[in-house]
Amino acid sequence: MIEMEAKRHEMREGNMDLFLSALKTTVPVFLGYIPLGMAFGFLLDGAGYHWIYAFLMSLLIYAGSGQFLAVALLAARAGLPEFAIATLLLNLRHSFYGLSLLEKFSGVGKVKPYLIFALTDETYALLTTTEVPAGGSKARFYFYIAALDHFYWVTGSVLGAGLGSMLDLNLKGMAFVLTALFVVLTIEQYFNSSVRFPFIAAVGAGVTSLILFSPEKMLLISIILGTLILIGREKLGKGNLRVNKGTGKTHTQTHAAAAKPVEDNAQEES
Amino acid sequence: MTGTLQMLVTIAVIALATFATRVLPFLCFSSREPPAILSTIEKNLPPMILLLLVIYCLKDVQWFTAPYGIPELFTIGVVAGLHFWKRNAMLSIFAGTGLYMALVQFNVFSFL
Repeated sequence: MIEMEAKRHEMREGNMDLFLSALKTTVPVFLGYIPLGMAFGFLLDGAGYHWIYAFLMSLLIYAGSGQFLAVALLAARAGLPEFAIATLLLNLRHSFYGLSLLEKFSGVGKVKPYLIFALTDETYALLTTTEVPAGGSKARFYFYIAALDHFYWVTGSVLGAGLGSMLDLNLKGMAFVLTALFVVLTIEQYFNSSVRFPFIAAVGAGVTSLILFSPEKMLLISIILGTLILIGREKLGKGNLRVNKGTGKTHTQTHAAAAKPVEDNAQEES
Repeated sequence: MTGTLQMLVTIAVIALATFATRVLPFLCFSSREPPAILSTIEKNLPPMILLLLVIYCLKDVQWFTAPYGIPELFTIGVVAGLHFWKRNAMLSIFAGTGLYMALVQFNVFSFL
């Protein structure tokens, strides 16, 4: 009995460490989501909506640019089909995020639906770059990161809707923290991968879309363009593009493993 | 009351549309194996998408009017330089953001 108690206590301490580690990882997102969320809340409040809607939208929709678009559509008195189509097109890039997480999310157990729901640009960036601390549960660590980011976003938008008009904080430029976060994570990816082609594809696709398309459309179009470049390169047989620390593990193997019924914590990263 | 209901329905529609885009790949490939081409591409998406997100962050920069995007490019250079040098994520991110806030709030490049 005492042994079990000790074990449980140890586990709780392990979870605390994991939570603190997730907290540390998400600090830049906290600093970015608070001003951005506030900007959204402030905008919605300015459009004449009660703060409860800022709370509900951030809780249930949870998509930065999608919510800004929604405020614009609300002001334009758009119909429901317009809301649905515009949101689908704007957020279609998230489908590409899922494509690269199929393997990572297999075997995370019951938190998987929430992880999928909470897949924003920033959470995606953290999940694809941050290592699960040694001995920690992948499912828990991912859940903490996703839920903390979600919490910051909701907090920011409620703050913005509630006090945005009263406060006179000079947060100008603070949202740059997210740009800096993406720069750092890109460099981390650069260190971790052996191939350089994805970066070349990104520069080509990104600059082209920046020049040719409107700011709202450029991200989705550049992701599609970049993916086509990656596929084209692969089809031309310019060698295997495989990168990262997935060393030697083929997709078939991981899928077979994921097909077996596994416990929440059964598939851990060592 | 109809206003409230309409707003709740609108929020529900946007929420569903957003979730649909996120869940789509998981629905498509939950039972069947993704095609081979996809699994190789999937490995290369994160580095490409992260760099695209950096470029996306520059989408609203006015390149042809002062200060010509110099605060953004300069700060990105500093963040990247710091990170290559020290490889301390917190340092790179916070020093960079602090620098950028100072640059735009004090309008350092106003002479351009």
